[in-house]
Amino acid sequence: MKKIAEILKTSLQEVHKASDINSLDSVRVMYVGKKGKFTSSLRSLGSLSDKERPAAGEEINKAKSTFMKAVSLRKAELETIALEEILKQNSIDVTLDGYASSRGGRHPISLARLRIEEIFKDAGYEIKSGPEIEDDFHNFTALNIPDNHPARAMHDTFYLNNGNLLRTHTSPVQIRSLLLQGAPIRIIAPGRVYRCDSDQTHTPMFHQVEGLVIDKGVSFANLKAVLHEFVACFFGKEVELRFRPSYFPFTEPSAEVDVLWGKDKWLEILGCGMVHPNVLINAGVDPEIYSGYAFGMGIERLAMLKYQVDDLRVFFENDISFLRQFN
Amino acid sequence: MKFSESWLREIIDINLSPEELSAKLTMIGHEVDSIEIDGGGLEGILIAEIISYEKHPDADRLNLCQVTTNGEDRISIVCGAPNVREGMKSILALPGKTLPNGLKLEKSKIRGIESFGMLCSAAEVGLGLDSDGIMDFPQDAKVGTSLIDYLKLPDRIIDLDLTPNRGDCFSVLGIARDLAGTCKEDIKYKFDISNKPSAKVEYSIKTPFPDLCPRLAAQAIINIDNKALTPLWMVEKLRKSGIRSINPVVDITNFVMIELGQPLHAYDLSKVNGTIIPRFAKKDEHLVLLDESEVELKKDTVVITDDSGPIGMAGIMGGLSTSVSLNTTSVLFEAAYWPTEVMAGVARRYGMHTDASLRFERGVDPRIQKIAVNRACELLLSICGGDAGKVTDIKNEDYLPKNKTIKLTSRRLERILGHKIDFNKISEILVRLNFKIRENKIDWQVSVPSYRFDLQIEEDLIEEVARIYGFDKIPELTEVSSRSLSLPNDDLKNIDKIANHLCTRDYQEVITYSFIDDDVNTLITGKQSELRLANPLSKDMSTMRGSIWPGLLNVASRNVARQMDRVRLFEIGKIFESTNDGHQEIEQVAGLIMGPLRGEHWSEKSINVNFYDIKGDLESILILDTIENEFEFEPDNNASLQQGQSAKLLLNGLKIGSVGKLHPVLAKKFSIKRDVYLFELNIISAYPGVSLKVKPISKYPLIRRDISFTVKKDIKAADIIKSIKFIEPEIIQSIKVFDIFEGNNIEEGLKSIALGLILQEKSRTLTDTVADEIISKTVILLEKKFFAKLRD
Repeated sequence: MKKIAEILKTSLQEVHKASDINSLDSVRVMYVGKKGKFTSSLRSLGSLSDKERPAAGEEINKAKSTFMKAVSLRKAELETIALEEILKQNSIDVTLDGYASSRGGRHPISLARLRIEEIFKDAGYEIKSGPEIEDDFHNFTALNIPDNHPARAMHDTFYLNNGNLLRTHTSPVQIRSLLLQGAPIRIIAPGRVYRCDSDQTHTPMFHQVEGLVIDKGVSFANLKAVLHEFVACFFGKEVELRFRPSYFPFTEPSAEVDVLWGKDKWLEILGCGMVHPNVLINAGVDPEIYSGYAFGMGIERLAMLKYQVDDLRVFFENDISFLRQFN
Repeated sequence: MKFSESWLREIIDINLSPEELSAKLTMIGHEVDSIEIDGGGLEGILIAEIISYEKHPDADRLNLCQVTTNGEDRISIVCGAPNVREGMKSILALPGKTLPNGLKLEKSKIRGIESFGMLCSAAEVGLGLDSDGIMDFPQDAKVGTSLIDYLKLPDRIIDLDLTPNRGDCFSVLGIARDLAGTCKEDIKYKFDISNKPSAKVEYSIKTPFPDLCPRLAAQAIINIDNKALTPLWMVEKLRKSGIRSINPVVDITNFVMIELGQPLHAYDLSKVNGTIIPRFAKKDEHLVLLDESEVELKKDTVVITDDSGPIGMAGIMGGLSTSVSLNTTSVLFEAAYWPTEVMAGVARRYGMHTDASLRFERGVDPRIQKIAVNRACELLLSICGGDAGKVTDIKNEDYLPKNKTIKLTSRRLERILGHKIDFNKISEILVRLNFKIRENKIDWQVSVPSYRFDLQIEEDLIEEVARIYGFDKIPELTEVSSRSLSLPNDDLKNIDKIANHLCTRDYQEVITYSFIDDDVNTLITGKQSELRLANPLSKDMSTMRGSIWPGLLNVASRNVARQMDRVRLFEIGKIFESTNDGHQEIEQVAGLIMGPLRGEHWSEKSINVNFYDIKGDLESILILDTIENEFEFEPDNNASLQQGQSAKLLLNGLKIGSVGKLHPVLAKKFSIKRDVYLFELNIISAYPGVSLKVKPISKYPLIRRDISFTVKKDIKAADIIKSIKFIEPEIIQSIKVFDIFEGNNIEEGLKSIALGLILQEKSRTLTDTVADEIISKTVILLEKKFFAKLRD
């Protein structure tokens, strides 16, 4: 019986040595084929006594099955190696660029505007728009800026040949929306505005977002809260704000809002206030019942701070290399 | 508004550090633009007297001065200033001192002669711009006094950015008054100035048009000493306010203006002819102003006249003919109240913004004129002596602003601010602001002073209380919103959808100006725009754009110049068109592509974009809508596109867009050498917002039949497809061109088209018989209508 153990040991070594499917098959035939070593051992069982036969038979069968398990394991192993070999032939340079991977992108002013819109939309503000060619009534008079008001001098207005003007701010949308839908109202109105001024810190066209909320019991304390929340959301971090008394003909009280930038630098980012009763009256809203706030901010200003752009004019130069950084 | 901190503190001795003062001013609404130290780093510089001087032996322009700072010792100084004289009081900096401009002084030899210090000009010690000579102080300046003690330095110069409603703060007094609202200290100013008349001076002033000039105060002083100099304290105050000293009379008018906010004019009384009358200018009147410029007066301008005609422009600038000079011995000070309505826009129309016009435009105190004139005379008498005449004070109360009384209720204040402020605190603030109040448990009757003409209604008072109380003390309070739901804004959503879609198709968004060059606009749109700016900044920004294309082309051109060969841009914005009854603004998206279709890639040879690329992009925008709309493209003759590669886009017969290849002549105009393709689309009309109606889908098999034929080259595929579809619209589901070519064995002038017809029945399996029938009908149609020849 020593002999079977010996055969098994050698056979397993040979299985292990087989380096491809064909030589493995030869090994299989050599041991379990018609003339195989295990096969002939089984055949020679006849020469044993009845007493010895069962034990010897069992031993041979066990060795045979161990051998067959080893063969099939080795076979799977060799198949895997063979497949790997074939696949290896098909390898490509995965570092090369994929097909048509480039995409364009939105302009940074659009990105900033969309962010502002998203923040306010979630708080229930409707997005409104208005004409860019305006009349004197909506741009000035209805906003409590009558003819010859000194505040008109602050708005370097572009006039058209037909007597209309290019809106100097998005505030006319306040009037238009109020006249159309009345109070209560909760809107923001982004858009292009125009002032005839062009230097390092002014472009003749820029973008503003107007905000207007009118309802019963809306107060300056509410305005402070919403602007603080907005600025924090826009910049994605807690910020310190400073509300500084200022003057706009269409709000009373009026404030300018500065944000603390760095350690001790206050940067002005928007203007706001409680809607002036004259504006409410001009738009057909009763100031004895309703009150509200309005605010206006320059999108370029916010975008410059957010994206750390230090020259306003690059937004309108549209240099593709500059714009691509935002994609 | 610029003034020195020390001047302000003379009127209000407020207990705040300079930093606190600056913050306080900002937080009550007077934004501090800058606060700068004036006369810092001047320690050790002394008042010195020039005992004698002689010419430097080896240099014409230099003098060797003997100077003393204690009356005994002599110090030798080489000095190049042209104004040295014996007995002159100036300033001396000794070796070792570093001047504010960084110059470190050392004992030195100048052209062989030793100099033990330096006599300095104002500019050299940072006290103004004067560098023409060394500083020249009055004789009473005590030798050896340090400069900083003598001039009370260092000081701070505060520059405020005043809001247009606060004309009352255009003076040191005004700022002090407003600050008094925030603190316990009262302002110190003696308003009841009176100068006893000591002479009878003859002159005549009449105001026949009280609406133009409801108040005018004047006072004359004769026999003044015209050799007297402006005292140093006044020169210094003016200097710190950015005003140069000229002569005592002019300096006094400027001083009083900065101090009280009332602009004054001084006439040389001997040059005034007859009666002084303010009136509107007449046609063709001219005036030579103080600065010797001549203006042609407009009819709506108020002028001050005498018998000879205009002698001044009201509230802007006086005339040269009656101005004071070094020889003047009799002066007439005049302070007028020009209503803001009279002054509005005048300075702008003449392009002459002066310190006076700035104040009158925003409004001056209608009660200050007499005080201002008195103050000016008081100062002139003390500086130049002379004899004052009686004060003239002409006023017409009917045309002067009335003192207002406004009711303030605690309920409204709380409602607007969203914060309750203690009743007594409110009373205190109102009183500190110099308002007269009558309290009544829950409200106040508030009488505001004449200089607070900006206060009109209750909300104005609420702001006054809030700003003095402190905006920062009002807590934030998140509001409870109760707004009802609203319809989604489809237009905005579509705009956003298009923008993002184009980005994924490799278009870069740009934003260009809405006003463009008029000629370019005409060239691109093919028509002259009526919407031109009356006051454009430049010709290339003079017309409201009738197309976005010029903007895109400019951007493309600029980027091409920066070595960008593949350019793909879009912009969304409005175009502007005249209509019969005015104008309209149309929301458009426009795109531009040029150069290689795709970025350079290792897998393919670069091919340039063509018409079908941009058309595909445009079509892809159209199918962003869930509704299948009947869009049609038709050949077009667009002014700016190349004929034969230009199409218009129609929806229900209405033109809503264009697409095509830019005319090469135009490309050249924009310095672009490559082919440029453009599209534009009216966004709102492209998505008519029809509700989607879902059709049932067929479960039966499709049959595809291909058919290939030749037709004349100019026959449009779209026409053929439309006609075939009409044969059996229920069964023909779609028709696609799958091949098209010319040449080879195709006869000249013809082209070969291959169509694939997808056929399907709705409620049963389509039989070959039916399909064959449709194909033979198609063949007949093709032959009859399009003279097509079937190919094998």
